[in-house]
Amino acid sequence: MSRIPLGYLDSAGARAAATLPLTWFLLLVSIAVCLAITYLLWRALRGPAGTIGADGKAPAVRRGEGAARPILVGVAISSVILLIALGWTMVALAQVAPMPRRPEIEIDVTAHQWWWQADYGASEPDQTFSTANEIHVPVGAKVLLRLHGADVIHSFWVPKLTGKTDMIPGQVNLTWLQADKPGVYRGQCQEYCGLQHAHMAFEVVAEPPAQYAAWRRAQLQTAPPPATPAQAEGLALVEYRCAVCHTVRGTTAGSNVGPDLTHVMSRRMLAAGTLPNNRAMLAGWIEDPQGVKPGTLMPAQQLSGPQLQALLAYLETLK
Amino acid sequence: MSPADIALPGEGPVPDTETRLARRPRIAQADDPALLRKLEKTWETKPGLYGWLATVDHKEIGKRYIVTAFVMLAVGGLEAALMRLQLAGPNRHLLTPEQYNELFSTHGMTMIFLYALPVLSGFSNYFFPLWLGARDMAFPRMNALSYWIYLLAAAFLYAGPLTGAGPNDGWFNYVPYAERAYNPGINQDIYSLGLVFLGISTSVGAANFLVTAAKCRAPGMSINRLPIMVWGTVTANAANLVVVPAVSLAFFLLWLDRNFGTSFFDVAGGGQPLLWQHLFWLFGHPWVYAIVLPAMGMVSDGLPTFSRTPLAAYTLVALSTVATMLIGFGVWVHHMFATGLPGLGLAFFSGASIIITIPSAVAVFAWLATIWLGRPVYTTAFLFFASMILLFVIGGVSGFMTASVPVDWQLTDTYFIVAHIHYVLIGINVFPVCGATYMWFPKITGRLMDERLGRWNFWIMFIGFNIAFLPMHLLGLFGMPRRVYTYGAGMGFSTLNLIVTLGSYLFAIGVALFFWNVFKSWRHGEKAGPDPWQGPTLEWAIPSPPPPYNFAVIPTVASRHPLWEDDLGEDEHRSSIEEGMALDQGKEALAVSILDAEPERILKMPEDTLAPFSLAVAAAVLFVGLLLHLWWLAGLGAVGTVLALAAWNWPRRKLLEREPAPHEGIGHG
Repeated sequence: MSRIPLGYLDSAGARAAATLPLTWFLLLVSIAVCLAITYLLWRALRGPAGTIGADGKAPAVRRGEGAARPILVGVAISSVILLIALGWTMVALAQVAPMPRRPEIEIDVTAHQWWWQADYGASEPDQTFSTANEIHVPVGAKVLLRLHGADVIHSFWVPKLTGKTDMIPGQVNLTWLQADKPGVYRGQCQEYCGLQHAHMAFEVVAEPPAQYAAWRRAQLQTAPPPATPAQAEGLALVEYRCAVCHTVRGTTAGSNVGPDLTHVMSRRMLAAGTLPNNRAMLAGWIEDPQGVKPGTLMPAQQLSGPQLQALLAYLETLK
Repeated sequence: MSPADIALPGEGPVPDTETRLARRPRIAQADDPALLRKLEKTWETKPGLYGWLATVDHKEIGKRYIVTAFVMLAVGGLEAALMRLQLAGPNRHLLTPEQYNELFSTHGMTMIFLYALPVLSGFSNYFFPLWLGARDMAFPRMNALSYWIYLLAAAFLYAGPLTGAGPNDGWFNYVPYAERAYNPGINQDIYSLGLVFLGISTSVGAANFLVTAAKCRAPGMSINRLPIMVWGTVTANAANLVVVPAVSLAFFLLWLDRNFGTSFFDVAGGGQPLLWQHLFWLFGHPWVYAIVLPAMGMVSDGLPTFSRTPLAAYTLVALSTVATMLIGFGVWVHHMFATGLPGLGLAFFSGASIIITIPSAVAVFAWLATIWLGRPVYTTAFLFFASMILLFVIGGVSGFMTASVPVDWQLTDTYFIVAHIHYVLIGINVFPVCGATYMWFPKITGRLMDERLGRWNFWIMFIGFNIAFLPMHLLGLFGMPRRVYTYGAGMGFSTLNLIVTLGSYLFAIGVALFFWNVFKSWRHGEKAGPDPWQGPTLEWAIPSPPPPYNFAVIPTVASRHPLWEDDLGEDEHRSSIEEGMALDQGKEALAVSILDAEPERILKMPEDTLAPFSLAVAAAVLFVGLLLHLWWLAGLGAVGTVLALAAWNWPRRKLLEREPAPHEGIGHG
């Protein structure tokens, strides 16, 4: 089950876990009801059958007696099951719906067509940084997420950790999650949002607190200066071209239309969970984004071979 | 009960001049050849193009509705077949994302708006007067109008997909993606205006069904004797009359936003994206019941016919039909559980969505009891109706799961929902409609459908359907999002999707056999005679196909099963079908009181006329003008609608039910 990245019949966090028994209960009740009705239908069909004779005559009509009682019993049993489900639903809702009062971490997540922006440290100005498509959290911490929609409606969903909450322009929705085990949990946009709704995924990386702190410190760093002439040429390309949309902190690239690239090579995936992140994939993505994700807002870069190599040489330093 | 015994208003001890019938109708025999000739001449539609465009015969209109809706079903099915090829394996490139998005949106539009309700309207149109013992619908010209608008609106909506500008935001069309900023093409303008246009057809038809069921019945057809299909259709259309304006308004506001810079849904201008969702689902959820309740009625009326026993717990089933609709007005927010609404509000809607299962349970147990108590004749129609019970339960329990808020936060927008909506719409609409076709085809055409082919048809459809849609539940539990044009190889979706695709093609073969059977039997089917199944209701008392006037004499109804009274032998009263009011002084029909169906008026019914067709065409011109910003064309269409309405409403002496009373003395002027 855990080999199914978006499956939610197992969970890895407190919030998803609170819903899981109810999900199983409803699922098993539903299957039982289907089986029971199948059995009753089969029994009913096994009764004496009539035929239309060669003369076109159907059997005479009779009124059967005693239907009221079994119908009422059936409806009564159904009602009791429904009321149990209703009660349990309310209890589970009371468990998972309220937001944590003292969250250990707060993150602002903004959904764009078709990627995710995560901003950390809104309350501490010297601790703010922005990353994309990968949200790190410490294991065991209650994390409050403020959800924003930048353009159209999207929906935030990490099935193993938390259910869906829509990200709607003009309003801020809240959700929370808590990872109980270290691991990488896949998330996916769940509200149809246009051409690349299919390729709008992200990952939540749950780490032990020390590792998380180290990641956070690293993310706060600005980009290192270029160390080789090729990297310098790459940086020039970044500042001339990529800067139209992207930020690389520590350089003049400072736009926020696309993801912050300051630590792009520290991330596991490219293009919102679409490609594994390595030099070759990055090259393919830069050269032909429309081939990978038709309709993506990232334009193809008409780069010569040497230019692409220089660009990659620089980008590889952004760890 | 003899028709001569019917107490006519104004004949009691105290004459009631207000509701007096224009005359005491002559009582005649149904086989009186002179009467039949006279009625035939009065009611028949002239042959040729004029007659074809001008007819107001509910049977002709009903047939057109059914045929058009079946064409839409076939087209929507082909769209689905293309999508299933794209999804058969991971990362396939058969379709581009834009093509896929337009396909799934067009598929939804077609099946939900252009097939599911119109096909039920078609059956109800054809059979309402036959079930009720009437000569026609209450408003025959409005009936023609609602069909022509449906046809033209379907053409208008399909102008999009055919020119590569189909809807691309799903059938529920969330904003802001549907706004011009994200959707600059003409796609959404066609979709918005087209659905406003179609809404006119739905509303006109709904009003007609309500008034027909209320007033145009045979004497004695009191409301506790109505077929359940009538209950279902009336309930559904009462709802439509209330909720269609909400969605028409929503699409009109969207069109204004897109074309005139208003900001009803645009955050930058102070609008609210969630307003769209409320307006849409305020319509959308009652609508889901509107497109299944009449089909549940088909099963409630079909199962007893083939089980050779009256429906168990008729009253409970009728009441549960109405209850479903009433509760159905309070569940729309279950489509919006994840939008960040306050928990207390969600709890109410969650409760209503769970409770609404109870009336459905009543229907299920009543159907089971009917089969149990009867001696079922295993016709193809019976197989479709009986299998529907199972599909209904599967679609019902998956709906019950999504009613639970915390569980829905996981389930919503996954393939679990895709499975649910298809069990509902195919299981509770397509299967009963197929059964109804096998059952009533002989009445409409005079010929039986092929039963042998019918078995193949049923079993291939049933097996194919379940192979295609049961695994979708599992896909949903595995987290596959709906509305994705492809998926990755490592997600665990690949095998199940291949099974789904294979199953859907098997299902498509079954549906193709159905169409083939209809096509073949229309020409070459075995002659059916008036009553091949020995059914209980009035339509089986008249020839197949029925004559243009339906009933030569107006029947008088004494029980819920006028044709089964001898078999059931429950009391001495008998319905009178062979003898009744002749009503032959022009195109005449009878109006009765709402509850007890006592005669109130002799109605004068309108002749065939081109007014409805002209009005529909003029309205279509108006909408095309609005779409293309050709204001002169829109003006032309507007003038045309006014002219058509004037022609329609021009006073005619023939349609007066009574001559105006002469003035009696001075002071009454």
